[in-house]
Amino acid sequence: MSSMHDRLLPGRVRSVPAATFAILVALAALFIVSVGQVSPSPSQLVGGLPRMYGLLERMMPPSIETGFLTRVMWRTVETLQIAFVGTVFGVLLSLPIAWFASRTLTPFGPLRHVFKMLISLFRTVPDMVWALIFVASIGLGPVAGTMTILIDTIGFCGRFFAEAIEDSDKQPQEALFTSGASRFSVLTGAVIPDIMPSMINTSQFALEKAVRSSVVLGLVGAGGIGQELKVAFDLFQYKNASTIILVIFVLVLAMEAVTDRLRAKAQ
Amino acid sequence: MTDIIRTEALKKSYANGKPVLDGIDIRIGAGERIALIGSNGAGKSTLLKCLIGHTPFCSGEVATLGETFRASPNKTQLQRIRQRVGFVFQNHGLVRRQSVLTNVVHGKLGLSDGWGAWHQAIVRQEIREQAMEALAQVKLTAKANSRADELSGGQAQRVAIARALIRKPALMIADEPAASLDPTAGREVMEVFSDLVRMQGITLVFTTHDMDHAVNFADRVIALKGGRVCFDLPASEVRRNEVDGVFHA
Ligand SMILES: Nc1ncnc2c1ncn2[C@@H]1O[C@H](COP(=O)(O)OP(=O)(O)OP(=O)(O)O)[C@@H](O)[C@H]1O
Ligand SMILES: [Mg+2]
Repeated sequence: MSSMHDRLLPGRVRSVPAATFAILVALAALFIVSVGQVSPSPSQLVGGLPRMYGLLERMMPPSIETGFLTRVMWRTVETLQIAFVGTVFGVLLSLPIAWFASRTLTPFGPLRHVFKMLISLFRTVPDMVWALIFVASIGLGPVAGTMTILIDTIGFCGRFFAEAIEDSDKQPQEALFTSGASRFSVLTGAVIPDIMPSMINTSQFALEKAVRSSVVLGLVGAGGIGQELKVAFDLFQYKNASTIILVIFVLVLAMEAVTDRLRAKAQ
Repeated sequence: MTDIIRTEALKKSYANGKPVLDGIDIRIGAGERIALIGSNGAGKSTLLKCLIGHTPFCSGEVATLGETFRASPNKTQLQRIRQRVGFVFQNHGLVRRQSVLTNVVHGKLGLSDGWGAWHQAIVRQEIREQAMEALAQVKLTAKANSRADELSGGQAQRVAIARALIRKPALMIADEPAASLDPTAGREVMEVFSDLVRMQGITLVFTTHDMDHAVNFADRVIALKGGRVCFDLPASEVRRNEVDGVFHA
């Protein structure tokens, strides 16, 4: 009697297929090897902590020298300009590209995948890499930053706009197509009004993202406040650096507060 | 009397085989109002689509508004047919977030004078006035500025009719225009619709499942059954037993 139940009793651990087991072992081995190569050794931790403390000490108090603060203020304005201009042009260019990439309304048939791939390329290559490319091609300064934000925005908005176009209400589109309206007319007359709220929402996120990334673009020379931060570290002006870090902190917090308010209002 | 629509031995089956239309011969004269009836799947919508060249048929011939074609019209013919036809469907197909006026202006899209008909704010003044006229005809001028999603079902369908009317069509095709409306709204829409087409001499072909609508708002009732015309009678001569024959085996 009890032996029959024993046979039905499931084991404590479910058996794992051999392939899964092999992958798990390989992952564990990979992890152990990598830990040895890239994670801090105890001596590095012990030696590094005091040096970290030393750096923090040299950063205090943050610099409030007037000439420097003025410069930081103008750099902050430049940062916001880069984010704003880049986002606006990016959003405007996203619209036609999203249209060309959309499954439902593209005028290019299967060639729409070219536009989809372009959007993917813009999205997947990190903004710092775009910044490096633009600094190398158009030179140091805010223009490279604006171009970076523009490309980044197309990668972000292009994708969401295309999805919004594909998901928009089909009935008005059919009604207009039936009476002979062109794709462009259907897009302008029926689709864009329908997806306007989602487009505004997406654009707002794009602007948020742009402010965040325009803050650091200067590290590779693409203008904005990040440039000032790099100078401060390069010249060991740590008190200046801490001021800039504080400004960035306040800038991003303020932007989040503003966009949260806007979103709350839109609800 | 000139024929607006003529079909000869029209046959149509979809990819899966069984013929939906199996030899349809009908003639529809200018200014006639035709109700197309038949049970679900009888092929009413399919027939409407064949008439305006929106689905290719297998054999036979169709002549719509003077364009004669087999299987499907060529591009020029399709364009010419579309220019002169107004469409109304079971769903109103209005752009929800736009004003009633803009939705009526949309009717001009695809016509040669329709430049800028994406929005009432950019289209020529003349077209805005035509849109108001069309709204007056469906008794909705007061709603011109309302958003389409604020309308009742009946009002929305009347806006859809105005959107078709602004095209000044010779032929109006309506697939179950009253089917998603309550009886009162449905009657109201059909009244407005059939009065307007009669006054303007527009030919109307509509499908319906409501025999009252068929008899009251059409001059002639054509019944489809088993892919053929079951009867084709003046509305005043349609009798109960004939209708029963359409819907029962
Ligand atoms: N696109 C399509 N592909 C394949 N079969 C179709 C298609 N459209 C319609 N059919 C079939 O053709 C037949 C006729 O359909 P149709 O829509 O013309 O009927 P109907 O008379 O309009 O019906 P209802 O009263 O339900 O609107 C049905 O059997 C339907 O399943
Ligand atoms: Mg139907």
